[in-house]
Amino acid sequence: MCEINEDFHDRLECVQDVEGGLKKCVKCKEANASVVIKGGDAHCRACFKENFTHKFRATLGKNRVIFPGEKVLLAVSGGPSSCSMLRQVQEGLSQNAHKKLRFLPGIVYIDEGGAVFRSSEERQKTVAQLQAIFKATGYPFHIVPLEQVLDLPSSTILTAPSASQPAHTGAYKTAVDQFIQHEISSSAAREVQEETDVYESQEPHTQALQKLIGSAKTLTAKQDLVNTLRQHVLVHTARSKGYSKVMLGDSCTRLAVKLLSNISTGRGAHLAQDTGFSDTRHGDVILVRPMRDYSAKEIAYYNHVFAVPSVFIPGLDTKNADKASIHRLTESFVNKLQADFPSTVSTIYRTSEKLQTVCGSSSTADPCDRCLLCVCALDTADDGVSALQATLTSEKLSKFRGNTRPGMPVLISGELRQSAPTVRDCRSGEGENCGQAQVGGSCCSSDMKPEKTDLKSTLCYSCQLIVKDLSSVECLPQYILSEAMRRQRRSLMRKEINTFVFA
Amino acid sequence: MAAPLSLHLEFGGGAELLFNSEKKHQVSLPGQAGPWDIRQLLVWIQQNLLKERPELFIQGDTVRPGILVLINDADWELMGQLDYQLQDGDTVVFISTLHGG
Repeated sequence: MCEINEDFHDRLECVQDVEGGLKKCVKCKEANASVVIKGGDAHCRACFKENFTHKFRATLGKNRVIFPGEKVLLAVSGGPSSCSMLRQVQEGLSQNAHKKLRFLPGIVYIDEGGAVFRSSEERQKTVAQLQAIFKATGYPFHIVPLEQVLDLPSSTILTAPSASQPAHTGAYKTAVDQFIQHEISSSAAREVQEETDVYESQEPHTQALQKLIGSAKTLTAKQDLVNTLRQHVLVHTARSKGYSKVMLGDSCTRLAVKLLSNISTGRGAHLAQDTGFSDTRHGDVILVRPMRDYSAKEIAYYNHVFAVPSVFIPGLDTKNADKASIHRLTESFVNKLQADFPSTVSTIYRTSEKLQTVCGSSSTADPCDRCLLCVCALDTADDGVSALQATLTSEKLSKFRGNTRPGMPVLISGELRQSAPTVRDCRSGEGENCGQAQVGGSCCSSDMKPEKTDLKSTLCYSCQLIVKDLSSVECLPQYILSEAMRRQRRSLMRKEINTFVFA
Repeated sequence: MAAPLSLHLEFGGGAELLFNSEKKHQVSLPGQAGPWDIRQLLVWIQQNLLKERPELFIQGDTVRPGILVLINDADWELMGQLDYQLQDGDTVVFISTLHGG
């Protein structure tokens, strides 16, 4: 294949030059080269920095998603990519920048120490280090523990309608011009707010969170679960503090690994949302990935040479063997391949750029059509003939044996239910009678513990796999369980009503 | 007979976890007949500094893919990778790019 031949050609050239002396930068051709970035080009330090800074502005400018004056939340995990992103935003917003960026940043750090079993001293230490870094930037910052996920409202997983923003490029240009006019006329100093949320250790919450993470049996499910919960906390923080955009620090290498591991875990239908530049699944809060053009190597080099502070925080898969989880395996696979074939990551990245969703993700879609956990469109529609249906049918047949008896699972409308004949006081939230006792199904009284099978219809395929891996569904936060029950009641009611509607 | 070499080693990006969480090391390599190169340095590190899980740092006779090596703040690919001959006072930095984002 053409590409492989090109790479070997470059390799040979590289070796010859090294024998002759230090290579010169391919851009300015004057200074000595100090780093090789993807494509085999050797750059000197100054050209590298220029390229790096330019790429950031170009990615934001090309996509025209962030309007001037908008409040943007930077999700900083402490790792090199997000700290590099923070530095780029700082430089971009500074007064003497050429074509400076124009938005109002805020920073959020989500402390996942509880899920990873770190001691509270270690967490305090890390938080203190990060606070020092954030204070130096002068932007308002929020430090949120992941334990807060247990207290989130149900609105977190509902898609809210996006604020009216015209999508055509003409409007973007007029918005920028208006902003510049406004800035020139009123030279008001921007007030710097130092907002610090009081960060206190929450012991009982930490244990509940650890129980939840511990109920997942495999590391893959644990990682997926933590990612989902983290995203919920991010969206909730953005909504509650009035931010309309969130910037994530996923690098090109990260996204390439994410793409392949998502396909392996069954999230193929949502690839465009998970790895694209902008993620519109939540409606009013848009997730943006401006670092998706940078490889991990470029970021590491930039951070080292230009002294970008970052804090290393051990995660769930630190020091684990290669085969501990799907993410880990994919990561080591991509990295090993990249060492021999330097165009691996960029090929995967270019493929991901071409992905688009088939049906437009409309924010006015019925919430019941979205997955409960990942808020993407459900991909488990009853098509009749599909591989998924075959899997479900064989699963049902292997569980369902013999006649129905009270207490035995019964097939009602394609879902397994407990045939509990006792009628209890219906305690559905809004005081409505769920009406199921008359039909003969089970009452939705909250006394009954939620079963895994109950959640299935509200989840997309990959989230079903996560939930299947949990040993018990009760550990899930309340907002997820109550929303699941609500959707189930709605869909049952809809089915009943349908029988009376003349089509 | 080459004189003992003193080098400045740094580990970042999570690699320091394998070295007792110490990021900076000032080491002195013993004198030997021929010059020291990176290949031999890696063997030396594995024998003397690496405290645990060698497979997370070294793979075969080179570093694990995903670990960036900088010699005097320049990419080692430009310096000859494993065949670069170390000079006295060189700084070698190992940054793991596998973690973090």
